[in-house]
Amino acid sequence: MTRARTLRIDRIACTGHGLCAELLPELVDLDEWGYPVLAQAAVPARLESHARRAVAACPVLALRTERPPR
Amino acid sequence: MNSSAPTPSAAYRTTATGTPAGARLLAGWYDTGRPADLNEHLLRYGPPPVAMARGHRHSMPLLRAVEAAGLTGRGGAGFPTAAKLRAVAARRGRAVVVVNAMESEPPSRKDQFLLAVAPHLVLDGAVLAAEAVGADTVHICLPRGRPAQYQQLHTALGDRGRAHLDVVSLLLHALPHTYVSSESTSLVRWLNGGEARPLGNPPRSHERGVARLPTLVHNAETLAHLALVARYGPDWYRQTGTSDEPGTTLVTVSGAVAAPGVLEVALGTPLATLLDGAGGPTEPLRAVLLGGFAGVWLPAGHLRTPLTRHDLAELGAAPGAGALVALPRAACGLTETARVLAYLAAHSARQCGPCRLGLPAVAEDFAALAAGRPDPDLLSRLHRRTGLLPDRGACRHPDGAARLAASALRTFADDVDHHLTRGACPNAHRPPLLPVPPAEPPEAWR
Ligand code: SF4
Ligand code: SF4
Repeated sequence: MTRARTLRIDRIACTGHGLCAELLPELVDLDEWGYPVLAQAAVPARLESHARRAVAACPVLALRTERPPR
Repeated sequence: MNSSAPTPSAAYRTTATGTPAGARLLAGWYDTGRPADLNEHLLRYGPPPVAMARGHRHSMPLLRAVEAAGLTGRGGAGFPTAAKLRAVAARRGRAVVVVNAMESEPPSRKDQFLLAVAPHLVLDGAVLAAEAVGADTVHICLPRGRPAQYQQLHTALGDRGRAHLDVVSLLLHALPHTYVSSESTSLVRWLNGGEARPLGNPPRSHERGVARLPTLVHNAETLAHLALVARYGPDWYRQTGTSDEPGTTLVTVSGAVAAPGVLEVALGTPLATLLDGAGGPTEPLRAVLLGGFAGVWLPAGHLRTPLTRHDLAELGAAPGAGALVALPRAACGLTETARVLAYLAAHSARQCGPCRLGLPAVAEDFAALAAGRPDPDLLSRLHRRTGLLPDRGACRHPDGAARLAASALRTFADDVDHHLTRGACPNAHRPPLLPVPPAEPPEAWR
């Protein structure tokens, strides 16, 4: 079995556009200033394609997914 | 500077009994009562045993000694020193060593004190570490605005140069003294010509740091312990402290104690004994702040807790960089915390949204609580905003502020009630106790 990918946010790059929360509301919420709050870092298999789209949509490349090191 | 800060002169005192049992880093100071110049250092310790630091990383005597000693970092995070050394030694090519003497915690003076009384122990440690990881340059990072300290180290380096003691070159730097400029990534960024603000992303410093070379960053005190382990070995090192957390550590004790200052104590020493070592409390205590401004308020009932990571973890606390402040019963912990939070908010490096916006919001809420001017949502908003700080910055600055705020709400829960329902207590108007610098953004990052 492959291990779940995890979401990571580059907090310095992130400008709080909030697109990620729109595309991936199951995992990303926004705080009162529009900056993302992760419900969990692990991306369940059923959300992988949504996560990929959220990563692609982030205008400043602040969002990415990583395969955790073994 | 705030007058309640533990000044070096307050710390420059000898005890009536001479060398306290177990003093190691400060043994020379307790014996002579004066800073050790190179001559005196060499008489006491001899030259740094660099032969210990030669050989392959699997067989090098120094690495094995540091590992067997169980030495951990004294800058706050408490990471095993041998693991950091190995990580850099394992990289190919030249490496760089950075001595972190920034000591950004306002209630801490231990690195400043150690460098004042035993500079060559720290420098020996840096030279040995450089030899161990294959570095030919050591950068010593001091906070700007301490010309006397800079001059003293400059002299110490000159003495070593004339004595042809070291093969590696030792370079002195004075960096902007902000709360987050002591982060290891801030040092690396500054040494590379940038601003002394934390970096969030990989590559990590041990992979690619100063001049894109593998970089080892160690706290000044850690290196001084390493210099002694190299000379006397792990068994000697383990003769004091606990079996899981051996050795001694420097602590800075201040607040409502008779003789504030820097002490060297065995790990596992109860907090109450640390206070006694600083002359004992001057009045009944309400709580202590352990671990600096990124630390935790502990109620006075926990003063029997030993100073170890293990024992303190059960209370949600950690030794941190060893700063302990005694808060008297007649002081207001909420007002003190509000002042600290305002300073921490001003010292955000303003790179990450959750830190740049979240910290000032929490500080403002806390100020309203301390002043007894609550709105109906204050407490729930404060809890929510505090809960959203950890793990959402490129560095751990917001995590530390959240830890402090949450511990204040716990430890001073009765006062929170009082402030919410009946306004601020008279204690809120006592003169401030903690040495909080002005809550203004740093003048310079470069
Ligand atoms: S889309 Fe990118 S920039 Fe916008 S909030 Fe999400 S991570 Fe931050
Ligand atoms: S978390 Fe705060 S202090 Fe740390 S890098 Fe981000 S903005 Fe700077």
